[in-house]
Amino acid sequence: MMVDSSTSLDREPTATREPVDRRDFLWEALKASLGVPIALSVIRVPELRGMQAGGDAEHLYGMGIDIRKCIGCGRCAQACKNENDVPDEPHFVNTWIERYVIRTDGEVLVDSPNGGIDGFPPIEEEGGTLRTFFVPKLCNHCEDAPCVQVCPVGATFITDDGAVLVDEEYCIGCGYCVQACPYGARWFDPVKHVARKCTFCYHRLAKGKVPACVEVCPTSARLFGDLGHRANPLARFLRFNEIQVLKPHLNTKPKVFYANLDGEVR
Amino acid sequence: MPQQVTRLGIAFVALAVVFVAVRQKLVPDTFGEAGHYRAAAVDSIAAQPLQYAGHEACTMCHRPIAEKRSVSNHSGVSCEVCHGPAAEHVAAPGSVKPPAPRERGFCPLCHGYNASRPSGFPQIDPVAHNPMVPCMTCHDPHAPEPPVIPGACRACHGQIASQKAVSHHATLPCLTCHDAPDEHKASPRTLRPDKPSSRDFCGTCHAEDAISPSHIPRVDVSTHGEGYLCWQCHYPHHPEAE
Repeated sequence: MMVDSSTSLDREPTATREPVDRRDFLWEALKASLGVPIALSVIRVPELRGMQAGGDAEHLYGMGIDIRKCIGCGRCAQACKNENDVPDEPHFVNTWIERYVIRTDGEVLVDSPNGGIDGFPPIEEEGGTLRTFFVPKLCNHCEDAPCVQVCPVGATFITDDGAVLVDEEYCIGCGYCVQACPYGARWFDPVKHVARKCTFCYHRLAKGKVPACVEVCPTSARLFGDLGHRANPLARFLRFNEIQVLKPHLNTKPKVFYANLDGEVR
Repeated sequence: MPQQVTRLGIAFVALAVVFVAVRQKLVPDTFGEAGHYRAAAVDSIAAQPLQYAGHEACTMCHRPIAEKRSVSNHSGVSCEVCHGPAAEHVAAPGSVKPPAPRERGFCPLCHGYNASRPSGFPQIDPVAHNPMVPCMTCHDPHAPEPPVIPGACRACHGQIASQKAVSHHATLPCLTCHDAPDEHKASPRTLRPDKPSSRDFCGTCHAEDAISPSHIPRVDVSTHGEGYLCWQCHYPHHPEAE
């Protein structure tokens, strides 16, 4: 090593190498420093435009669910399957109803046979029940959605108006989002081989209608509205109820709000 | 310029061209226009066809039925809850007719007794409630007020009735303890029944000096659980429950 360095120090400068003077060096450096951002801006134009486009959306959609009004009829889950071309088999659901049974000994039982579409069997040993109720569940359309963060290709995304959607043409079917969702709201379509989920019936919103589950809820346990405007049912719901969201400790900032939610609901 | 720098420059330019070309090929057309996703996907999702037309669409043609329903107990129940998705019917009213479920199995989806349903929601036992008769024989689904005002409290308070039926209070009628105005049956939420408001009320059977059968448990009403009404500790519909 010592030998090498000494020889290189001794070596004569080659004939072809010309000394660069300071003025030329600075000129070349200036050209290069201008060229790099110009080249980058050509490549990154779409992203820059996208950043300017966001943030001035007309809507910010959200849903309210009143647990005390839910009768567990399952019409919402059935309507969702009809509206969104969801396979009839159990376990493929965008929205479903869970029955909570809290026993006098503190045990908490949760079931949701076929998402609640066919009703619920009688509770065993009804006398040992402390309290029992239904909880409709669906995608919470989180503001900080874990499913969006993990998608490796940008096939799932949050629109300007707050809906978390899946681009079925672009989804590669890796299933990361299905695992990432803390609410179990995503499922894998066995026919299309893509991840699927509740869209807040985005196609209905685009035509000025409410989601199918809200349309058919016979007791108005579900209602839909715009978080950005005061004059709509959701704003009133949020004003006059004590509101909770599911798993608030995860900081996902859900946009599905529950009234009269029991502390045992996970 | 030295030869190696020239070659390196050519290599860099070639790589940059390949990178841009591959990127142009792989990244879909509208990707990034509105964020880190394909902007065209939003439009294609929004273009999905409707199945449920919405109750406003039904009202336009079926006004008399809609008006009848709007003042009934089913005023909040959208048409398509029972008649199913009707967008096709709205598009072609003559050729596509939505179903009208008449079988006995349908109404109990909402009105069958289920302990988890909110107390006070009208529920029946589908086995015992007028067996074999279609619901529509007695109830008009567009104005389902019962033709006969419910005689028994259990028509709506099934969970309480089922607990009381197996308790020592089984033989006590509800009205022994609750003063329920007749209007409560027709308009349940505006006029509510009351609950016993004094300890002496339970004492008429359970006090030590009460005139009642001797097998009934007795307590000293003046000292036992002082400061509380009896039903704040004991569940009167199932008093043996722990």
